[in-house]
Amino acid sequence: MLKTENTLTPGELGLPKPGRYRKTAFKRIWKERYLFLLMLPGLIYFIVYRYVPMLGNIIAFQDFNVFKGFLHSDWVGFKHFQKIFEDPEVLQVLWNTILLSFLQIVFAFPISIILALMLNEVRNEGFKRVVQSIVYLPHFLSWVVVVGLVTVLLKSDGIVNQFLQQAFGMESIPFMQSPGWFMPLIVLEVIWKESGWGTIIFLAALSGVNPDLYEAAVVDGANRWRQIWHITLPAIRSTIVILLILRLGSVLDVGFEQIFLMLNPFNKEVGEVLDTFVYFKGVQQSDFSFATAVGLFKSLVGLILVVGANRLAKRFGEQGIY
Amino acid sequence: MYKYMSRGEKLGSLINMILLIIIALLMLFPFYYMIIISFTSFSEFVQSDIILWPKKWVLDSYEFILGSKSFIRSIGVTVFITVVSTIFSLILTAMMAYALSRDIYGQRFWMFMVLFTFIFGAGIIPTYLVIKETHLLDTYWALIIPTAINSYNLIVFREFMMSIPKELTEAALIDGGNDLNIFTRIILPLSKPALAAFGLFYAVSGWNTYFNALLYINDPSKWTVQVVLRQIVILDQATTALSEGRLNGLTQNPPPPETIGMAAILIATIPILIVYPFLQKHFAKGVMLGSVKG
Repeated sequence: MLKTENTLTPGELGLPKPGRYRKTAFKRIWKERYLFLLMLPGLIYFIVYRYVPMLGNIIAFQDFNVFKGFLHSDWVGFKHFQKIFEDPEVLQVLWNTILLSFLQIVFAFPISIILALMLNEVRNEGFKRVVQSIVYLPHFLSWVVVVGLVTVLLKSDGIVNQFLQQAFGMESIPFMQSPGWFMPLIVLEVIWKESGWGTIIFLAALSGVNPDLYEAAVVDGANRWRQIWHITLPAIRSTIVILLILRLGSVLDVGFEQIFLMLNPFNKEVGEVLDTFVYFKGVQQSDFSFATAVGLFKSLVGLILVVGANRLAKRFGEQGIY
Repeated sequence: MYKYMSRGEKLGSLINMILLIIIALLMLFPFYYMIIISFTSFSEFVQSDIILWPKKWVLDSYEFILGSKSFIRSIGVTVFITVVSTIFSLILTAMMAYALSRDIYGQRFWMFMVLFTFIFGAGIIPTYLVIKETHLLDTYWALIIPTAINSYNLIVFREFMMSIPKELTEAALIDGGNDLNIFTRIILPLSKPALAAFGLFYAVSGWNTYFNALLYINDPSKWTVQVVLRQIVILDQATTALSEGRLNGLTQNPPPPETIGMAAILIATIPILIVYPFLQKHFAKGVMLGSVKG
């Protein structure tokens, strides 16, 4: 006997029964159990060492006490956040961070673009490859090595000071101790270490440019500068925008290792940034809650800036990062 | 394109190349200076103003460093951490990348979980407290587990695996193979170049481990070479840092701290210089793969 339409169960129609979603989900997980097994260690890693610490930020709203633990410490609301904006030391640190970040975007970021454009103009492949090999290398050195080299080069009787004395009759400059030299040195170190590496992404974008465009430009009588201006630069514009968005998101991230290594009692006033401040307050002085509040403030500002910059980029017709 | 170049453009091209040569030399100078100073003798270093080529090449600084138990031990610790963390990281990254490269249940959710770590960091203090609570403080595991998976490497590795033709895995599925078999028998062998590339990246960051060692390791006998290097070169404590376990004590004059420092930096940089040619072969590809999706 033929079934009439209304006796068909949803299951027979290939639809999950209402209230059965949980069961189908479980079925699918069981079917893919080996995939989940492979993902499990990574998942545990992400949860324990990336996400539990994110939740751990709740201690910014407590007077965290190691013995009472995460859940039983006293809740104090926004006390520590209020302190961020009242403590002149934090404001100084915040200002240092923003200034240093600004200097890096203005001076270090464009150098990668210029270097990439220069490399792109080289027609001799062998020459290009040798230069690339040299400028990429410092990226793989640790900050300890870079700051160590700079320390020796810039000692009061080091080679740079010797050179300045003999060539220009200058007094020896205490580079590493002078507060005025702190930020320029940080930016110069970043340029030395990362500007070569920074060209890779631009060169990758440039390798995708159709050579016919240049040929056509030559036929139209465009010289080299006009070719760069009208073909090469537009080709990397979206890459520049994406990198700037990412850079904005980490505007309060100025590189803990480098700055920590460059800091000393003489330049602390101008050189202390949010990350090093959090380290000294939290790890060395065990003021966990306040240090966490400062760190959380930093992360939140970064998140807001990324989302905001991404929106802005999309409004101007660029691609954005998501 | 040379044939289209006018005289002015040829001149411009020449100036461009000269500028690049100058930039390359400026980049190389610190390396050059590090090498020659590490071989300079005490008397020459103290007496001469600017040294660009030592009159006599000596090994005093190297003898001094290699005679120090603490430096040798820090090299050993760093080699251990580099090897173990590279293997550990590669296994975890490859397994998770494969799971995410397949149409796994909740894939979008898991991917979001990974990508979100790019734009929101947990912060130094909560991470420190978690590592403390999981009893990793002052153990080598503190330098291995918390940095096990680099989100960026994971994403790029996943994209690499997705580029492996589906036909290969589907055939295995029809033959009754499960995902574990496919992963170990098909995907991993085909991922050798990617494994090599990410292995190198993990190894370099393992070798350069500094911040985590500073944060999580208090026991000087477990310090990595970068921490000892900082003590020698930046804190200018070469003689105290290297005095431990020295049989002849410090009776004889030690070499100047600058030459010791340069020799120490050179020793700690040699492994990077050795793998650099291999790294170079891979990294351009890796970065480009990543830039496809932005």
